[in-house]
Amino acid sequence: MRAESFSETIRERLGGETITFCYQCGTCASSCPVAKRTTDFNPREIIKLCLLDEKDEILDGKSIWLCCSCYNCQERCPQKVEIADVIYAVRNIAIEKGKVPNIYFEFFNAISNDGRIVKVSQFAENKRPQLGLPPLQPTGVDALKKILSTTGFDKFHLKKEEPQ
Amino acid sequence: MMSYAIFLGCTIPARQPNYELSARKSLSKLGVKLVDIANMTCCCPPPVQSIDLKTSLAIASYNICLAEEANLDLLTLCSGCFESLAMANNMLKHDQKLKTKINKILAETGKEFHGTKEVKHFLQVLKDDIGLNQLEQNIVKPLTDLKIAPFYGCHALRPSELLQLDDPERPQILETLIKTLGGTSIEYQNKLKCCGGLLRGVSDDLALDLARDKLINVSNSGADCIATLCPFCFVALDIGQIQIRSKFQEIYDIPVLHYSELLALALGIAPEELAPRTHKIRIDKIINKIL
Repeated sequence: MRAESFSETIRERLGGETITFCYQCGTCASSCPVAKRTTDFNPREIIKLCLLDEKDEILDGKSIWLCCSCYNCQERCPQKVEIADVIYAVRNIAIEKGKVPNIYFEFFNAISNDGRIVKVSQFAENKRPQLGLPPLQPTGVDALKKILSTTGFDKFHLKKEEPQ
Repeated sequence: MMSYAIFLGCTIPARQPNYELSARKSLSKLGVKLVDIANMTCCCPPPVQSIDLKTSLAIASYNICLAEEANLDLLTLCSGCFESLAMANNMLKHDQKLKTKINKILAETGKEFHGTKEVKHFLQVLKDDIGLNQLEQNIVKPLTDLKIAPFYGCHALRPSELLQLDDPERPQILETLIKTLGGTSIEYQNKLKCCGGLLRGVSDDLALDLARDKLINVSNSGADCIATLCPFCFVALDIGQIQIRSKFQEIYDIPVLHYSELLALALGIAPEELAPRTHKIRIDKIINKIL
Protein backbone atom coordinates (compact mmCIF):
# COMPACT_ATOMS: atom_id res chain seq x y z
CA MET A 1 0.00 0.00 0.00
CA ARG A 2 1.19 3.48 -0.90
CA ALA A 3 2.33 5.57 2.05
CA GLU A 4 0.01 8.43 2.90
CA SER A 5 1.33 11.83 1.80
CA PHE A 6 1.67 14.68 4.28
CA SER A 7 -1.18 16.63 2.68
CA GLU A 8 -3.41 13.57 2.96
CA THR A 9 -2.54 13.26 6.64
CA ILE A 10 -3.47 16.91 7.10
CA ARG A 11 -6.67 16.59 5.06
CA GLU A 12 -7.94 13.79 7.26
CA ARG A 13 -7.60 15.83 10.42
CA LEU A 14 -10.04 18.23 12.00
CA GLY A 15 -9.23 21.66 10.57
CA GLY A 16 -7.13 20.34 7.69
CA GLU A 17 -9.96 19.21 5.38
CA THR A 18 -9.66 22.03 2.82
CA ILE A 19 -5.89 22.12 2.22
CA THR A 20 -5.96 20.56 -1.24
CA PHE A 21 -8.28 23.25 -2.65
CA CYS A 22 -5.35 25.68 -2.71
CA TYR A 23 -4.26 26.91 -6.16
CA GLN A 24 -1.48 29.16 -4.82
CA CYS A 25 -2.95 32.53 -5.80
CA GLY A 26 -1.33 34.31 -2.84
CA THR A 27 -4.40 36.19 -1.60
CA CYS A 28 -3.57 34.83 1.86
CA ALA A 29 -0.01 36.14 1.85
CA SER A 30 -1.08 39.58 0.69
CA SER A 31 -3.73 39.74 3.44
CA CYS A 32 -1.37 38.60 6.19
CA PRO A 33 -0.17 41.20 8.71
CA VAL A 34 2.69 38.96 9.86
CA ALA A 35 3.97 38.29 6.33
CA LYS A 36 4.13 42.07 5.90
CA ARG A 37 6.60 42.30 8.79
CA THR A 38 8.77 39.22 8.35
CA THR A 39 9.88 36.76 5.68
CA ASP A 40 9.83 34.01 8.34
CA PHE A 41 6.10 33.57 7.83
CA ASN A 42 4.07 33.22 4.65
CA PRO A 43 0.78 31.28 4.67
CA ARG A 44 0.95 30.52 0.94
CA GLU A 45 4.43 29.06 1.38
CA ILE A 46 3.30 26.90 4.30
CA ILE A 47 0.42 25.44 2.28
CA LYS A 48 2.73 24.90 -0.70
CA LEU A 49 5.34 23.03 1.34
CA CYS A 50 2.62 20.85 2.88
CA LEU A 51 1.23 20.03 -0.56
CA LEU A 52 4.74 19.20 -1.77
CA ASP A 53 5.22 16.79 1.13
CA GLU A 54 8.03 18.83 2.70
CA LYS A 55 7.04 17.48 6.07
CA ASP A 56 10.34 17.95 7.90
CA GLU A 57 10.81 21.51 6.76
CA ILE A 58 7.33 22.35 8.04
CA LEU A 59 7.40 20.44 11.32
CA ASP A 60 10.97 21.33 12.28
CA GLY A 61 10.73 24.98 11.27
CA LYS A 62 9.40 27.83 13.36
CA SER A 63 7.16 29.21 10.64
CA ILE A 64 3.89 27.49 11.60
CA TRP A 65 4.10 29.01 15.09
CA LEU A 66 4.15 32.59 13.79
CA CYS A 67 0.55 32.70 12.55
CA CYS A 68 -1.26 35.36 14.62
CA SER A 69 -4.66 33.65 14.10
CA CYS A 70 -6.27 36.79 12.67
CA TYR A 71 -8.19 34.81 10.02
CA ASN A 72 -7.73 37.49 7.34
CA CYS A 73 -6.39 34.87 4.94
CA GLN A 74 -9.20 32.42 5.61
CA GLU A 75 -11.80 35.14 5.21
CA ARG A 76 -10.50 36.11 1.78
CA CYS A 77 -9.42 32.80 0.25
CA PRO A 78 -11.23 32.42 -3.10
CA GLN A 79 -10.93 28.64 -2.83
CA LYS A 80 -12.33 28.54 0.70
CA VAL A 81 -9.19 26.98 2.11
CA GLU A 82 -9.55 27.31 5.87
CA ILE A 83 -5.97 28.43 6.18
CA ALA A 84 -5.84 29.32 9.88
CA ASP A 85 -7.52 26.00 10.70
CA VAL A 86 -5.09 24.13 8.44
CA ILE A 87 -2.25 25.73 10.40
CA TYR A 88 -3.85 24.54 13.67
CA ALA A 89 -4.07 21.03 12.21
CA VAL A 90 -0.37 21.16 11.27
CA ARG A 91 0.51 22.48 14.75
CA ASN A 92 -1.50 19.58 16.24
CA ILE A 93 0.61 17.14 14.20
CA ALA A 94 3.85 18.86 15.27
CA ILE A 95 2.83 18.66 18.92
CA GLU A 96 1.95 14.96 18.63
CA LYS A 97 5.48 14.45 17.36
CA GLY A 98 6.92 16.27 20.36
CA LYS A 99 7.91 19.43 18.49
CA VAL A 100 6.58 21.90 21.02
CA PRO A 101 7.58 25.55 21.47
CA ASN A 102 8.23 26.19 25.15
CA ILE A 103 5.31 28.53 25.76
CA TYR A 104 2.87 25.72 24.94
CA PHE A 105 4.01 23.82 28.01
CA GLU A 106 2.84 26.81 30.03
CA PHE A 107 -0.55 26.81 28.31
CA PHE A 108 -0.83 23.08 28.80
CA ASN A 109 0.02 23.19 32.51
CA ALA A 110 -2.27 26.13 33.17
CA ILE A 111 -5.28 24.56 31.52
CA SER A 112 -4.66 21.15 33.10
CA ASN A 113 -4.22 22.52 36.62
CA ASP A 114 -6.44 25.60 36.82
CA GLY A 115 -8.95 25.16 34.00
CA ARG A 116 -7.82 28.51 32.59
CA ILE A 117 -4.86 29.43 30.41
CA VAL A 118 -4.23 32.59 32.41
CA LYS A 119 -4.20 31.96 36.15
CA VAL A 120 -6.38 34.13 38.37
CA SER A 121 -4.21 34.93 41.38
CA GLN A 122 -5.44 34.68 44.94
CA PHE A 123 -4.76 38.42 45.18
CA ALA A 124 -7.13 39.18 42.27
CA GLU A 125 -9.74 36.88 43.75
CA ASN A 126 -9.52 38.46 47.20
CA LYS A 127 -9.85 41.92 45.73
CA ARG A 128 -13.16 41.24 44.02
CA PRO A 129 -15.56 42.10 46.88
CA GLN A 130 -13.64 45.31 47.52
CA LEU A 131 -14.12 46.29 43.87
CA GLY A 132 -17.78 45.40 43.94
CA LEU A 133 -17.48 42.21 41.91
CA PRO A 134 -19.28 38.95 42.80
CA PRO A 135 -17.11 36.03 43.94
CA LEU A 136 -15.71 33.86 41.16
CA GLN A 137 -17.52 30.60 40.65
CA PRO A 138 -15.38 27.44 40.83
CA THR A 139 -14.01 26.21 37.50
CA GLY A 140 -15.00 22.79 36.23
CA VAL A 141 -11.52 21.32 36.48
CA ASP A 142 -12.82 17.81 37.18
CA ALA A 143 -14.94 17.67 34.03
CA LEU A 144 -12.09 19.22 32.08
CA LYS A 145 -9.68 16.53 33.27
CA LYS A 146 -12.11 13.84 32.14
CA ILE A 147 -12.21 15.42 28.69
CA LEU A 148 -8.41 15.68 28.56
CA SER A 149 -7.98 12.04 29.43
CA THR A 150 -10.67 10.91 26.95
CA THR A 151 -8.99 12.68 24.04
CA GLY A 152 -5.45 11.79 25.15
CA PHE A 153 -4.53 15.44 25.61
CA ASP A 154 -3.28 14.70 29.11
CA LYS A 155 -0.52 12.50 27.70
CA PHE A 156 0.88 15.51 25.87
CA HIS A 157 3.39 16.41 28.59
CA LEU A 158 4.95 12.97 28.28
CA LYS A 159 6.18 13.94 24.87
CA LYS A 160 8.31 16.79 26.06
CA GLU A 161 11.73 16.70 24.42
CA GLU A 162 14.75 17.97 26.30
CA PRO A 163 14.85 21.75 25.82
CA GLN A 164 17.45 22.69 23.23
CA MET B 1 -35.99 40.85 32.44
CA MET B 2 -33.31 39.75 29.95
CA SER B 3 -30.95 37.19 31.47
CA TYR B 4 -27.70 35.70 30.23
CA ALA B 5 -25.09 33.35 31.59
CA ILE B 6 -21.91 35.41 31.68
CA PHE B 7 -18.73 33.76 30.44
CA LEU B 8 -15.80 35.59 32.04
CA GLY B 9 -12.87 33.60 30.67
CA CYS B 10 -9.40 34.04 32.15
CA THR B 11 -7.79 37.38 31.32
CA ILE B 12 -10.68 39.53 32.50
CA PRO B 13 -10.90 38.09 36.05
CA ALA B 14 -7.10 37.79 36.20
CA ARG B 15 -6.15 41.30 35.07
CA GLN B 16 -8.96 43.52 33.81
CA PRO B 17 -11.49 44.42 36.50
CA ASN B 18 -12.08 47.59 34.44
CA TYR B 19 -13.75 45.47 31.75
CA GLU B 20 -15.81 43.34 34.10
CA LEU B 21 -16.97 46.23 36.32
CA SER B 22 -17.98 48.49 33.44
CA ALA B 23 -19.83 45.70 31.64
CA ARG B 24 -21.65 44.42 34.72
CA LYS B 25 -22.66 47.87 35.91
CA SER B 26 -23.77 49.03 32.47
CA LEU B 27 -25.83 45.94 31.81
CA SER B 28 -27.43 46.14 35.22
CA LYS B 29 -28.40 49.77 34.52
CA LEU B 30 -29.88 48.68 31.20
CA GLY B 31 -32.04 46.05 32.89
CA VAL B 32 -30.02 42.96 32.03
CA LYS B 33 -29.43 40.22 34.57
CA LEU B 34 -26.15 38.27 34.43
CA VAL B 35 -26.01 34.81 35.95
CA ASP B 36 -22.65 33.44 37.11
CA ILE B 37 -22.74 29.71 36.46
CA ALA B 38 -20.48 27.32 38.36
CA ASN B 39 -18.03 24.94 36.68
CA MET B 40 -17.27 26.90 33.52
CA THR B 41 -13.75 26.24 32.24
CA CYS B 42 -11.37 27.57 29.61
CA CYS B 43 -13.00 28.56 26.29
CA CYS B 44 -10.04 26.97 24.49
CA PRO B 45 -8.74 29.84 22.34
CA PRO B 46 -6.08 29.55 19.59
CA PRO B 47 -3.20 28.57 21.92
CA VAL B 48 -5.19 25.51 23.04
CA GLN B 49 -6.57 24.85 19.56
CA SER B 50 -2.94 24.74 18.46
CA ILE B 51 -2.33 21.85 20.86
CA ASP B 52 -5.42 19.88 19.88
CA LEU B 53 -8.48 21.03 17.95
CA LYS B 54 -10.74 18.14 18.96
CA THR B 55 -10.08 18.60 22.69
CA SER B 56 -10.64 22.33 22.31
CA LEU B 57 -13.99 21.82 20.62
CA ALA B 58 -15.07 19.38 23.33
CA ILE B 59 -14.17 21.77 26.15
CA ALA B 60 -15.81 24.74 24.44
CA SER B 61 -18.94 22.62 23.93
CA TYR B 62 -18.88 21.54 27.56
CA ASN B 63 -19.23 25.21 28.56
CA ILE B 64 -22.15 25.61 26.19
CA CYS B 65 -23.80 22.54 27.74
CA LEU B 66 -23.76 24.33 31.11
CA ALA B 67 -25.61 27.29 29.57
CA GLU B 68 -28.09 24.91 27.93
CA GLU B 69 -28.77 23.29 31.31
CA ALA B 70 -29.40 26.72 32.82
CA ASN B 71 -31.62 27.54 29.83
CA LEU B 72 -29.69 30.75 29.14
CA ASP B 73 -27.81 32.21 26.19
CA LEU B 74 -24.11 32.78 26.87
CA LEU B 75 -22.80 36.34 26.92
CA THR B 76 -19.07 36.84 26.39
CA LEU B 77 -17.02 39.98 26.94
CA CYS B 78 -13.70 38.71 25.59
CA SER B 79 -13.60 38.34 21.81
CA GLY B 80 -11.34 35.29 22.21
CA CYS B 81 -14.00 33.52 24.28
CA PHE B 82 -16.64 34.66 21.81
CA GLU B 83 -14.76 33.18 18.89
CA SER B 84 -13.99 29.82 20.54
CA LEU B 85 -17.49 29.33 21.90
CA ALA B 86 -19.52 30.70 18.97
CA MET B 87 -17.41 28.68 16.55
CA ALA B 88 -17.93 25.48 18.52
CA ASN B 89 -21.65 26.21 18.88
CA ASN B 90 -22.19 26.81 15.18
CA MET B 91 -19.92 24.02 14.00
CA LEU B 92 -21.76 21.47 16.11
CA LYS B 93 -25.18 22.84 15.24
CA HIS B 94 -24.47 22.40 11.53
CA ASP B 95 -22.43 19.21 11.47
CA GLN B 96 -24.25 16.18 12.83
CA LYS B 97 -21.22 13.91 12.49
CA LEU B 98 -19.00 16.28 14.43
CA LYS B 99 -21.70 16.71 17.06
CA THR B 100 -21.89 12.94 17.56
CA LYS B 101 -18.11 12.72 17.85
CA ILE B 102 -17.93 15.52 20.43
CA ASN B 103 -20.92 14.19 22.37
CA LYS B 104 -19.09 10.88 22.76
CA ILE B 105 -16.32 12.75 24.55
CA LEU B 106 -18.77 14.85 26.58
CA ALA B 107 -20.57 11.70 27.74
CA GLU B 108 -17.59 11.12 30.06
CA THR B 109 -18.60 14.29 31.90
CA GLY B 110 -22.30 13.44 31.89
CA LYS B 111 -23.10 16.23 29.40
CA GLU B 112 -24.68 16.29 25.98
CA PHE B 113 -24.59 19.17 23.50
CA HIS B 114 -28.03 19.89 22.07
CA GLY B 115 -27.53 23.14 20.18
CA THR B 116 -30.42 25.00 21.77
CA LYS B 117 -28.63 28.19 22.87
CA GLU B 118 -26.78 31.12 21.35
CA VAL B 119 -23.34 32.49 22.16
CA LYS B 120 -23.49 36.28 22.03
CA HIS B 121 -20.84 38.95 22.10
CA PHE B 122 -21.48 41.85 24.47
CA LEU B 123 -21.88 44.16 21.44
CA GLN B 124 -24.65 41.99 19.97
CA VAL B 125 -26.55 42.07 23.23
CA LEU B 126 -26.30 45.86 23.29
CA LYS B 127 -27.32 46.43 19.68
CA ASP B 128 -29.73 43.58 18.96
CA ASP B 129 -31.26 42.59 22.29
CA ILE B 130 -31.29 45.82 24.30
CA GLY B 131 -31.50 48.00 21.20
CA LEU B 132 -30.06 51.36 20.24
CA ASN B 133 -33.17 53.32 21.31
CA GLN B 134 -33.14 51.89 24.79
CA LEU B 135 -29.42 52.57 24.99
CA GLU B 136 -29.79 56.16 23.82
CA GLN B 137 -32.55 56.88 26.32
CA ASN B 138 -30.28 55.93 29.21
CA ILE B 139 -27.38 58.18 28.30
CA VAL B 140 -26.78 60.97 30.75
CA LYS B 141 -23.23 61.99 29.78
CA PRO B 142 -23.04 61.93 25.98
CA LEU B 143 -19.51 61.61 24.61
CA THR B 144 -20.02 64.77 22.57
CA ASP B 145 -16.47 66.01 22.20
CA LEU B 146 -14.79 62.66 21.97
CA LYS B 147 -13.10 61.30 18.84
CA ILE B 148 -12.93 57.55 19.21
CA ALA B 149 -10.99 55.04 17.10
CA PRO B 150 -13.02 51.80 16.90
CA PHE B 151 -10.75 48.79 17.39
CA TYR B 152 -12.38 45.55 16.33
CA GLY B 153 -9.47 43.16 16.69
CA CYS B 154 -9.88 39.83 14.94
CA HIS B 155 -12.00 37.40 16.86
CA ALA B 156 -15.23 39.34 17.12
CA LEU B 157 -15.45 39.31 13.32
CA ARG B 158 -13.53 36.40 11.85
CA PRO B 159 -14.15 33.70 10.73
CA SER B 160 -17.36 35.50 9.78
CA GLU B 161 -19.14 32.46 8.40
CA LEU B 162 -19.24 30.93 11.87
CA LEU B 163 -19.40 34.07 14.00
CA GLN B 164 -21.98 36.12 12.07
CA LEU B 165 -21.37 39.27 14.08
CA ASP B 166 -20.97 41.71 11.21
CA ASP B 167 -19.51 42.14 7.72
CA PRO B 168 -15.85 41.10 8.14
CA GLU B 169 -14.55 43.71 5.67
CA ARG B 170 -16.91 46.61 6.39
CA PRO B 171 -18.27 46.16 9.91
CA GLN B 172 -20.43 48.91 11.39
CA ILE B 173 -21.58 47.63 14.79
CA LEU B 174 -18.87 49.31 16.86
CA GLU B 175 -19.08 52.61 14.95
CA THR B 176 -22.86 52.56 15.42
CA LEU B 177 -22.53 51.90 19.14
CA ILE B 178 -19.96 54.70 19.51
CA LYS B 179 -22.29 57.14 17.73
CA THR B 180 -25.17 56.03 19.96
CA LEU B 181 -23.16 57.23 22.95
CA GLY B 182 -22.85 60.63 21.26
CA GLY B 183 -19.20 60.08 20.32
CA THR B 184 -17.50 60.57 16.97
CA SER B 185 -16.15 57.44 15.35
CA ILE B 186 -12.83 58.11 13.61
CA GLU B 187 -11.57 56.23 10.55
CA TYR B 188 -7.93 55.18 10.41
CA GLN B 189 -5.70 53.19 8.11
CA ASN B 190 -5.76 49.39 8.37
CA LYS B 191 -8.52 49.57 10.96
CA LEU B 192 -9.27 45.85 10.76
CA LYS B 193 -5.72 44.53 11.04
CA CYS B 194 -4.54 42.40 13.96
CA CYS B 195 -3.05 43.88 17.18
CA GLY B 196 -0.47 41.08 17.33
CA GLY B 197 -1.71 40.02 20.76
CA LEU B 198 -1.51 36.28 20.18
CA LEU B 199 2.14 36.51 19.17
CA ARG B 200 3.10 37.81 22.62
CA GLY B 201 5.20 35.10 24.24
CA VAL B 202 5.81 33.44 20.86
CA SER B 203 7.63 36.32 19.19
CA ASP B 204 7.51 39.46 21.32
CA ASP B 205 9.31 41.53 18.69
CA LEU B 206 6.77 40.70 15.99
CA ALA B 207 3.88 41.21 18.38
CA LEU B 208 5.14 44.68 19.26
CA ASP B 209 5.71 45.54 15.58
CA LEU B 210 2.07 44.77 14.84
CA ALA B 211 0.82 46.76 17.83
CA ARG B 212 3.06 49.67 16.86
CA ASP B 213 1.59 49.75 13.34
CA LYS B 214 -1.85 50.07 14.85
CA LEU B 215 -0.80 52.85 17.22
CA ILE B 216 0.91 54.82 14.43
CA ASN B 217 -2.26 54.67 12.33
CA VAL B 218 -4.56 55.63 15.21
CA SER B 219 -2.20 58.43 16.19
CA ASN B 220 -2.26 59.83 12.63
CA SER B 221 -6.05 59.87 12.68
CA GLY B 222 -6.23 62.42 15.50
CA ALA B 223 -8.41 60.20 17.71
CA ASP B 224 -8.58 61.00 21.44
CA CYS B 225 -8.75 57.37 22.45
CA ILE B 226 -9.16 53.81 21.24
CA ALA B 227 -12.26 51.68 21.96
CA THR B 228 -11.44 47.97 22.28
CA LEU B 229 -13.57 44.85 22.66
CA CYS B 230 -10.99 42.27 23.54
CA PRO B 231 -8.70 41.98 26.59
CA PHE B 232 -5.79 40.87 24.38
CA CYS B 233 -6.08 43.93 22.14
CA PHE B 234 -6.26 46.01 25.31
CA VAL B 235 -2.97 44.57 26.61
CA ALA B 236 -1.28 44.84 23.22
CA LEU B 237 -2.17 48.54 22.94
CA ASP B 238 -2.08 49.72 26.56
CA ILE B 239 0.92 47.87 28.02
CA GLY B 240 2.24 47.82 24.45
CA GLN B 241 2.67 51.61 24.55
CA ILE B 242 4.92 51.29 27.61
CA GLN B 243 7.00 48.64 25.85
CA ILE B 244 7.18 50.70 22.65
CA ARG B 245 8.33 53.67 24.69
CA SER B 246 11.34 51.74 25.98
CA LYS B 247 12.12 49.84 22.77
CA PHE B 248 11.57 52.55 20.15
CA GLN B 249 11.68 55.72 22.29
CA GLU B 250 8.29 56.67 20.90
CA ILE B 251 5.51 58.16 23.01
CA TYR B 252 1.93 57.88 21.75
CA ASP B 253 0.04 58.50 24.98
CA ILE B 254 -3.27 57.29 23.51
CA PRO B 255 -5.71 56.09 26.18
CA VAL B 256 -7.18 52.67 25.46
CA LEU B 257 -10.66 52.03 26.84
CA HIS B 258 -12.90 49.06 26.41
CA TYR B 259 -16.16 50.05 24.74
CA SER B 260 -17.87 48.97 27.96
CA GLU B 261 -15.98 51.65 29.89
CA LEU B 262 -17.09 54.38 27.51
CA LEU B 263 -20.62 53.04 27.81
CA ALA B 264 -20.49 53.01 31.62
CA LEU B 265 -19.23 56.60 31.72
CA ALA B 266 -21.94 57.70 29.27
CA LEU B 267 -24.54 56.00 31.47
CA GLY B 268 -23.38 58.18 34.34
CA ILE B 269 -21.53 55.56 36.36
CA ALA B 270 -18.83 57.18 38.50
CA PRO B 271 -15.32 56.60 37.12
CA GLU B 272 -13.93 55.63 40.53
CA GLU B 273 -16.30 52.64 40.51
CA LEU B 274 -14.66 51.32 37.34
CA ALA B 275 -11.11 50.50 38.50
CA PRO B 276 -9.58 53.20 36.25
CA ARG B 277 -6.09 52.47 37.57
CA THR B 278 -6.08 49.23 35.61
CA HIS B 279 -4.92 51.35 32.68
CA LYS B 280 -1.19 51.81 32.17
CA ILE B 281 -1.91 54.80 29.91
CA ARG B 282 -3.89 57.14 32.15
CA ILE B 283 -7.45 57.84 31.07
CA ASP B 284 -7.98 60.99 33.16
CA LYS B 285 -8.14 63.29 30.16
CA ILE B 286 -10.91 61.18 28.65
CA ILE B 287 -12.85 61.09 31.92
CA ASN B 288 -12.49 64.86 32.27
CA LYS B 289 -13.84 65.38 28.78
CA ILE B 290 -16.89 63.26 29.50
CA LEU B 291 -17.77 64.60 32.98
